[in-house]
Amino acid sequence: MIIGALVFAIQTGLLIVSPQGPIRTVSAAVAAARPGDTIRVRTGTYREPTITIDRPLTIIGDSGAVLDGQGRHAILIVHADHVTVRGLDFIDTGMAYTEDRAALRVADARDCRVEHNRFERTFFAIYLAAATDCVIADNVITGRPGREAATGNGIHMWSSRNILVAGNRISGHRDGIYLEFTRHADVRGNVSEGNVRYGMHFMYSDSSNYAGNTFRANGSGVAVMYTRVVRMTGNVFTSNHGAVSYGLLFKEIQDPYLDGNLFSGNTVGLLADGADRLIAVHNRFEDNGWALRLFGSTVDGRFEANTFRRNSFDVAVNGNGTSTVFNGNWWDGYHGWDLNHDGIGDVPYRPMRLFAMLIEQAPPALLLQRSLFVKVLDAAERVLPVLTPTLVIDEHPLMRAPVGAAR
Amino acid sequence: MIAMRSIVKRFGRQAVLRDIDADVRSARVTALVGPNGAGKTTLLKLLLGLARPDGGTIAVAGRVLDGSPDYRVAIGYMPQIARFPAHVSGRELLTTLASLRPGARTPDLTLSEAFELGGAFDRPLGTLSGGTRQKVNAVLAFAFKPQLLILDEPTAGLDPLASRVLKDRILAERATGGTILITSHVLPELEELADDVLFLADGSVKWQGPARELKMSTGQGTLERAVAQLLAGRAMLAVA
Amino acid sequence: MTEVLCLLRPAWREALRGRWLIGLAIALAGAGEMLIRFGGGGATTIVSLLDVVLIVTPLAALVVGTMQVHNAREITELFLAQPIARRRLFIGLYLGTALPLAAALTIGLLAPFAWHGLLFSPLAASLLRLGAATAALTMIGSAVAFVVALKADDRVRALGFALGGWLIGAVLWDGVILLLALLFGDRPVEIPLLVALAFNPIDLARVLLLLGTDAAALFGYTGAVVQHTMGTAAGHALLITALALWLALPLWFAARTFDHKDF
Repeated sequence: MIIGALVFAIQTGLLIVSPQGPIRTVSAAVAAARPGDTIRVRTGTYREPTITIDRPLTIIGDSGAVLDGQGRHAILIVHADHVTVRGLDFIDTGMAYTEDRAALRVADARDCRVEHNRFERTFFAIYLAAATDCVIADNVITGRPGREAATGNGIHMWSSRNILVAGNRISGHRDGIYLEFTRHADVRGNVSEGNVRYGMHFMYSDSSNYAGNTFRANGSGVAVMYTRVVRMTGNVFTSNHGAVSYGLLFKEIQDPYLDGNLFSGNTVGLLADGADRLIAVHNRFEDNGWALRLFGSTVDGRFEANTFRRNSFDVAVNGNGTSTVFNGNWWDGYHGWDLNHDGIGDVPYRPMRLFAMLIEQAPPALLLQRSLFVKVLDAAERVLPVLTPTLVIDEHPLMRAPVGAAR
Repeated sequence: MIAMRSIVKRFGRQAVLRDIDADVRSARVTALVGPNGAGKTTLLKLLLGLARPDGGTIAVAGRVLDGSPDYRVAIGYMPQIARFPAHVSGRELLTTLASLRPGARTPDLTLSEAFELGGAFDRPLGTLSGGTRQKVNAVLAFAFKPQLLILDEPTAGLDPLASRVLKDRILAERATGGTILITSHVLPELEELADDVLFLADGSVKWQGPARELKMSTGQGTLERAVAQLLAGRAMLAVA
Repeated sequence: MTEVLCLLRPAWREALRGRWLIGLAIALAGAGEMLIRFGGGGATTIVSLLDVVLIVTPLAALVVGTMQVHNAREITELFLAQPIARRRLFIGLYLGTALPLAAALTIGLLAPFAWHGLLFSPLAASLLRLGAATAALTMIGSAVAFVVALKADDRVRALGFALGGWLIGAVLWDGVILLLALLFGDRPVEIPLLVALAFNPIDLARVLLLLGTDAAALFGYTGAVVQHTMGTAAGHALLITALALWLALPLWFAARTFDHKDF
């Protein structure tokens, strides 16, 4: 019977794995396959030791084809170029404190595609190490949120090149998407929410693009560290609150570019701690505790045509000010006038209120937020503009919010 | 009915009443008279428990006042022209006062009829004229068959006709055993009412006794003149 | 206690027929209506109303309460001459002032939400908090007003004291707290400051209301501390106990003053 199946495979390049069929494990099919063959996994639950793919193959799961790690081991390792894994369910790798146990690991491989798979209760779901030219798309990854150490990352990329990560949904992991030493990644249209630490976290990953993703209600938001040339456009950073939460953290970053993103309902929308030459245009900051916090190490930034609405504090900088330039943004707190009707307010706007500055010096004073005293302070600032710190100034505030900014 | 012994009352360091010994006899009308600032109102307040004496004792109907409110069941009080709540009617006020006297009989409204108050008793007090308000004020004081009536300037603001009605009612109360303590600036008003006179000046009782005796001892025919004589005597004393 | 209820009846009539109380309710409802119309009726509206509640309610309670005690002076004297114990009369007078005012303010606050059908929306919990805070601040403000008015016989002086008290509670106290916070700089003095806030009922109500919105979550470490310590059931119980003390102590003091007062 097995021989019959093999003959069929040789003729068509197609191997069928099914619980009742001649080939009952994926491992057996891989062992029997020739490079370029396709393995079709029929509906059923397959419990077998870790599968290693060592030759170019396409593996396609029928709906309900489940690879079960039985809570004990990694499930699939791709160790060859030109491998596609599609439509499989990966479940239950169990936890591992001594190894980065992953449901699907791609190591030292080129041209892989991981598409339309489901991952449930896996420690790491997808783990790329030294992978190049890969596509990770439309996977649904659901972890079991617990303590930070009890769960790994959803999509983990280490030392990889040219990776497209698109349309995945990740939740309940430590970091939803993680990149380290990875260049030319293109992360777009993913939804990462409810992860224990970061919705996305990357370090030393230069020249990458992040577009149209949604990062919602993650432990701390999205953290970008030690990286050059980051482009983030049309992303949504929302609902990250807590003592150390932000929509987006830039730490030791050069040349980040933010365009058309929405930051809403975060404790801090954008926290920049050492971001050089940050350019932010057409972003919307709404309903945040602080829209922006810029630490003194952040230099030569530029904010233009952004919208600031209903934030408790628009901008806070520490120390003696910032070299970041604000020009032509729209601020809901701006009450200036526009006599020549050019759409630009005739008096500059200083978005950092006195109270915001006092808070920087004495954070517990936040307890007074929404008290009449603070309103009196604000009113006093309006009457006596000299009270407002001149640390941050927008020389040409817009009279009307820019249309089409962000999504 | 009322026995005051060694009453002292100070407001701050100023003594308003000093060592008052006085009695109000039952079934008689006692006129409390004296110049402005003599302490008349303070004395009334002490009787009503609105204020407490700094020394001495007061007994009303044999009960020594000790802060307990019960003795006031027997008292009908008519304050000086009062600004009562503007949007409440006399009848509503009466209902409230009745509810403070559990077991009280149905209020006696004959005085209201005598005043021909009519619908005014059901209109908000704020819409009534001063005189009409004073009539309501009187009706309330007489409504609960009080044994002791304390009337502070009762005829102020009343027209002569109403004043007559009120005086008749006072005399009728006395005839049925009621005790009345009354103050007035208009001494002729008291002429036909006062059985006894309690004359107060500078916080002390200068004279007390039957009105008849006062007139006799001063040799004056009317209460007004008799009291004027007392006042003059006091002035002479002061000069001396 | 039936006497107390009987004393309340004329007070209610007075309040309902006197138009200013209804006017106050309508003004508040108007403000709420505007906020719903232009604020969308969402959480933002609640936060704006929070300002109204924290500023207007204590002010109204203090001013109205003081005026009321003085306006009721003569009727009080008439009642004092009746066979009723002073303590009961006091309770009647206090409730007769505070309850209609609390009702007017609470109804005025909630009415616009009722007719926009928002009472049983997701806002319900916040509205409940807001209504409760309004009622509580009115009762507390009235109690303080009674202390002031019974202590200061002169109407203008009493009003001055009441406004001064409001100014301290609404503004100055927080200024002192800000000063303290700045003095201690970066140190985590959240808990001592929370204790200091407890000495001001307006601050207590503000913290309670902020806990009801998700605003506290947006305030980083401090917000987290507040949420951790005060957001719990025990924290709420503590805040509410502190508010209850703010009602009980002035009331007790006012009652004592009333008991011993010469009218």
